[in-house]
Amino acid sequence: MRSARVRARLLVPGLLVVPLALGGCAAVNERNLATGAGEQYSGTLVGAGSSAQQAAMQGWTAGYASLQPEVTVNYDPVGSGGGREQFLAGGTDFAGSDAFLDEEELEQAERRCGPEGIFELPNYIAPIAVVYNVAGLDELNLSPGTLARIFDQQITRWDDPAIAADNPDVRLPDLAITPVNRSDESGTTENFVDYLFQAAGEVWPHEVDGNWPVPGGEAAQGNSGVVAAVGAGNGTIGYADLSQAGDLGVARVRVGDEYVAPTAEAAAAVVENSELIEGRGEQDFAIEVNRDTSGSGEYPIVLISYHIGCLSYDDPQTAELLRAFMTYVLSEEGQEAAALVAGSAPISDGLRDQALAAIDAVRAS
Amino acid sequence: MTSTSSSRPVLRRGDRVFAGTAKGAGILIMLILAGVTVFLVVEAAPALTAPAEDIPGGDGLASYIAPLLFGTLLAAVIALALATPLAVAIALFITQYAPRRLAQGLGYVVDLLAAIPSIVYGFWGVFWLAPKMVPFYRWLEDNLGFIPLFAGPTSATGRTMLTAGLVLAIMILPIISAIAREVFRQTPTLHREAALALGATRWEMIRMAVLPYGSSGVIGGAMLGLGRALGETMAIALVLSVSGGITFNLISSGNPSTIAANVALQFPESSGIDVNTLIASGLVLFVITFAVNMGARAIVNRRAEFSGAGS
Repeated sequence: MRSARVRARLLVPGLLVVPLALGGCAAVNERNLATGAGEQYSGTLVGAGSSAQQAAMQGWTAGYASLQPEVTVNYDPVGSGGGREQFLAGGTDFAGSDAFLDEEELEQAERRCGPEGIFELPNYIAPIAVVYNVAGLDELNLSPGTLARIFDQQITRWDDPAIAADNPDVRLPDLAITPVNRSDESGTTENFVDYLFQAAGEVWPHEVDGNWPVPGGEAAQGNSGVVAAVGAGNGTIGYADLSQAGDLGVARVRVGDEYVAPTAEAAAAVVENSELIEGRGEQDFAIEVNRDTSGSGEYPIVLISYHIGCLSYDDPQTAELLRAFMTYVLSEEGQEAAALVAGSAPISDGLRDQALAAIDAVRAS
Repeated sequence: MTSTSSSRPVLRRGDRVFAGTAKGAGILIMLILAGVTVFLVVEAAPALTAPAEDIPGGDGLASYIAPLLFGTLLAAVIALALATPLAVAIALFITQYAPRRLAQGLGYVVDLLAAIPSIVYGFWGVFWLAPKMVPFYRWLEDNLGFIPLFAGPTSATGRTMLTAGLVLAIMILPIISAIAREVFRQTPTLHREAALALGATRWEMIRMAVLPYGSSGVIGGAMLGLGRALGETMAIALVLSVSGGITFNLISSGNPSTIAANVALQFPESSGIDVNTLIASGLVLFVITFAVNMGARAIVNRRAEFSGAGS
């Protein structure tokens, strides 16, 4: 429904707006914009942050440019930390971040945005795949505990009984396991470790952090570096964005009583069934992903990248542009564009309706 | 055409402009160096004064930078140890053995190595060299595993400190060999002919005349190469698997990172004090590189007096 409205906007001739603009003052015009009547916007939006959602953002800016050629959206993939910092310092209009704001940052956000606070929308959901390269091993099932012990370097051979227990009918080779992790700090690592921490329980003794916590493994730069390293060795296993996995083997992960492969649907499903974090703002959709889910068809190793912005901007044009752009990002069309270029999972309809309500609350102060 | 004041020195405008620009350029380079130093010190200051638990890793600045510094020096020393003998051999072949035509072509090819961007070396190292090295590393572990350098376990991908050192060695090879070539070529013909006249073979002539004459130049070239190896960033960031602390084990997956590669890897997701910490590590690298250059200069100057090569 929502995407139909976005498309309709294009078709409504600009003429309709003219009588309104002539007949009333700026306030009337603004109200009209808030309700999303047909309008061509112009101006520049500036954002910065997560490099994980860079490809998706390119899809969104390109898609949006075809709808609103006068609007320029500049997104600088400086990294989540840098993006949050720049946004909170007032340097950018919105931030892209693989993590929601912490307590301290929320206080800074109040100074940045005023008492109305902020919105945080989980606009980019990407499954993280467990990729492996073992000659002759076409399928691999892993339970969270086994996965954790492999990456903690406790299980060191592919024919370990623990792996055999997950793969009863498979001939496992007598081969050393080389776990591959990220050498740069990343949201992918943080989400993967968070999964191991929550789903594997006591088997995983390390803290959740964007830096890989276990020393001595094979380390490579970026998703592409991990995929290259896994592809280069025999007996390697690593974690990377599903869209980058290429022709490497992708492991299925045990959820409840079944083994689930990473897919866009399974990733969207786990986010849909996760809880919002309580006690934050009304338009704050910070999600505590339910990593130890046992729900059927849910894939719990996902990365959520948020868009973070103010609910109130000094500049009416910024508020207007942000509202329009985010509405596009959330639309089926926008989510499809991201899925096409970045392999992300489109958000569910339920989440979309809530997020659109949050976006509609963005005002000029 | 009569000259009215021939006693005054002729100082045309061009002379003055040229002298001024040259002087300006000289001063500018000092200003830039001073500016970089001031920037590094000012930006590193918050990390230098911060409490230990705020520094990434939680154990303070020294223990954060120590493994990085160790990795930087280890990779550079491996590169230098591999590249210097090879570069000297190449230079000797080009100047003393090869027919003139071959020498020229070979010289060009070696110089061309310097023109390849470091990220290309990185890709070459990751996708070509590293996998090819794995069997060799396995052999080292099996046969020389009692030496701590080759203790293993062997990396399955070959992205080890030794591979990184090899890639660096190839990157600094053209610098060292170009300088060695020039100094060997300048060996006085009289020295060489005297050696040959005394009945020396060609190798003895090289040992008696060419190498002593060129040694200070070779050391200078090696130090230039060391400077590049210390600061090399992208190739290391791509090739080296960094997930360990200080270790002399050259063929396993867990290696210390280098300062420059660590900055490249960590900077994108860093903010606040983390950035200051990275800049502090950059300051350390700056000081080390400076010290290496000063040391090289001292060695070259002293050797020049001994060998009688002069300036």
